[in-house]
Amino acid sequence: MPVIYYRDALNAALDEEMIRDDRVFIMGEEVAEYNGAYKVTKGLLDKFGSQRMLDTPISESAFSGLGIGASMMGLRPVIEFMFWSFTYVAFDQIFNNAANIRYMSGGLVNVPIVIRGPANGGTGVGATHSHTPENYAASTPGIKVVCPVTPYDAKGLLKTAIRDNDPVCVMENTLLYGMTGEVPDEEYLIPLGKADIKKEGLDITFIAHGRAVLTCLKAAEILEAEYEIDAEVVDLRSLRPLDEETICDSVKKTNRVVLVEENKPYCGTDAQIAYIIQDKAFDYLDAPIKRISAVDAPQIYSPVLEKEQIPYPQRVVQTALSIL
Amino acid sequence: MEKTTASLEESDVSIYASDEINTRLTTDEKIDFYRQMLRIRHFEDRSLHSYQQGKIAGFLHLYSGQEAIAVGTVSLMGKEDQLITAYRDHGFALALDMGMNECMAELYGKITGCSKGKGGSMHFFAPDKNFWGGHGIVAGQVPLGAGIAFALKYQKIKGCCLCFLGDGATNQGSFYETLNLASLWDLPVVFVIENNGYSMGTKIERHSIGRPLARRAETVDMDWDMCNGHHLYEVRTKIAAVMKRAQTENRPTLLEISTYRYRGHSVSDTGLSYRKKSEIEEYRETKDPITLFYNQLEKEGLIDEKAAKNIDKITHKEAEDAAKFADYSPYPTTEELTRDVYWEEDHPESNTSKGTIFFE
Repeated sequence: MPVIYYRDALNAALDEEMIRDDRVFIMGEEVAEYNGAYKVTKGLLDKFGSQRMLDTPISESAFSGLGIGASMMGLRPVIEFMFWSFTYVAFDQIFNNAANIRYMSGGLVNVPIVIRGPANGGTGVGATHSHTPENYAASTPGIKVVCPVTPYDAKGLLKTAIRDNDPVCVMENTLLYGMTGEVPDEEYLIPLGKADIKKEGLDITFIAHGRAVLTCLKAAEILEAEYEIDAEVVDLRSLRPLDEETICDSVKKTNRVVLVEENKPYCGTDAQIAYIIQDKAFDYLDAPIKRISAVDAPQIYSPVLEKEQIPYPQRVVQTALSIL
Repeated sequence: MEKTTASLEESDVSIYASDEINTRLTTDEKIDFYRQMLRIRHFEDRSLHSYQQGKIAGFLHLYSGQEAIAVGTVSLMGKEDQLITAYRDHGFALALDMGMNECMAELYGKITGCSKGKGGSMHFFAPDKNFWGGHGIVAGQVPLGAGIAFALKYQKIKGCCLCFLGDGATNQGSFYETLNLASLWDLPVVFVIENNGYSMGTKIERHSIGRPLARRAETVDMDWDMCNGHHLYEVRTKIAAVMKRAQTENRPTLLEISTYRYRGHSVSDTGLSYRKKSEIEEYRETKDPITLFYNQLEKEGLIDEKAAKNIDKITHKEAEDAAKFADYSPYPTTEELTRDVYWEEDHPESNTSKGTIFFE
């Protein structure tokens, strides 16, 4: 199976969906002539032309709203945000308009839009550029949220998102764009709302999304090598819809769970997951549910401390050991 | 840049009456415009009454006083032209021939409402009539209007989007951002400021500097124009010109229409704390769009008091009947709370997603 970069997997998804459906167009800052701030859209301008590949001014409220308006008319825009942090100046468009228009119109108007871009810390760009608003997006009825970690998942989920008739937020990660993974040549789709067990195990469950999945996989390796502990790693992939079944099945199997996310703790996605587990698998728990999140402060610039702020494998290992 | 009128001076109605866009109107069409304006007035009066009876919740932004704008504009729309507005949306909805029943029922929060009681006063939609809302956040609809125009151009459809906003919306960032984008990308959109002089309770002199507001288009090389909103003929003349520019040249325009609202911003606002009663009375006596159009039609020998009374009676009854319809309609059932949130959930036969989408 070919091994490709995460950014190229996204590129392939966009390419294939633009060929498949001429209502799909891409809009955002630097997406066309610059080939994308992270080269995710490389080559697409040459292939599809400037009518379908639109460089925008730095004007997030206008271009995201424009995309939403176009989607109401039946087009299928893919809006790239250079950072999810920049959606904060387009908040009204995404969280009022995209999220609510179908509901407020009694189901008469749909908003089949994809909003994608990186949502992560860990790159030394300071607090304003390091937001991880997946919890906020997922807490908004009307919106769907996916956080792919592998190139395979990135391609399959983005393709599904583009075909979805509801607004889908795709949260990527600048630290993942340069990672590689196997992606088949044949077309495939990954349904929203389906978690993936990235490593099977019997002793403890790690539940994570996005890059935190890699942190958990590394922690699982350490636990296996140094402590003979067999950890299971559940990658949520999709936060809304959410695969409660896979979460609960894993907890029922291992009876211990650590939730790991790179977002801040207060009302993070894992707070909801913890609620679900205690509600649906309470009798299977042999220890309290543990959570690891980013240290609860604005994202620090200082590179050494930022590494400490975001969950890292040893923190996961130590937390796991505390309940084993 | 083209500026056909640069002041809000009282215009000479006869110029507009003799404009081809208006001389080509049939008697029936003219009488129908009068009927439509009355229909809006009666609907708003009735909804205010229902609000006072406690049958309508939340906000209720009445269009009374501004009728000639909605009726004049909609009268020019072809089948590919689209319209979007802010929260003072009843007038446009009715001018676009939405039924009074579904509109009144929406205000009552009933399942028979145009949005099944899920949107309320500020969020009427009728995509089958090219009406894209009804938007509650000031200027939030402006980027959407540009997007609707973008979709027309993308699909090579010859039409335009009429995007309405209030004077208060002209100080929002999304308004400026969208002006730039619409002009930069040659979008077939018409931005219309319905300047009723007040941003909620803040008079224009206290909320905006620089007149006319439409002049703000100059910074993005966009054409702009001014219009008096109380004369239906003038509205038609001015709107027709800017629509044509959008449809044939893909060029946007910012048109400022001066108008006035009799009621407060919403009904909880009496509209009297920040303006004098005499100001309202003066508009009513000299610029009421329905009275002025009646006078015009009378001058043209097309209407008399008896005919007008008859139209008044019919539209009044329509509003009363709508209130009855709304009264007798059922409320949405509990299941409706989570319907119409996601397309996919409402179409289980095509649902490809797994997992849980609604949470406790």
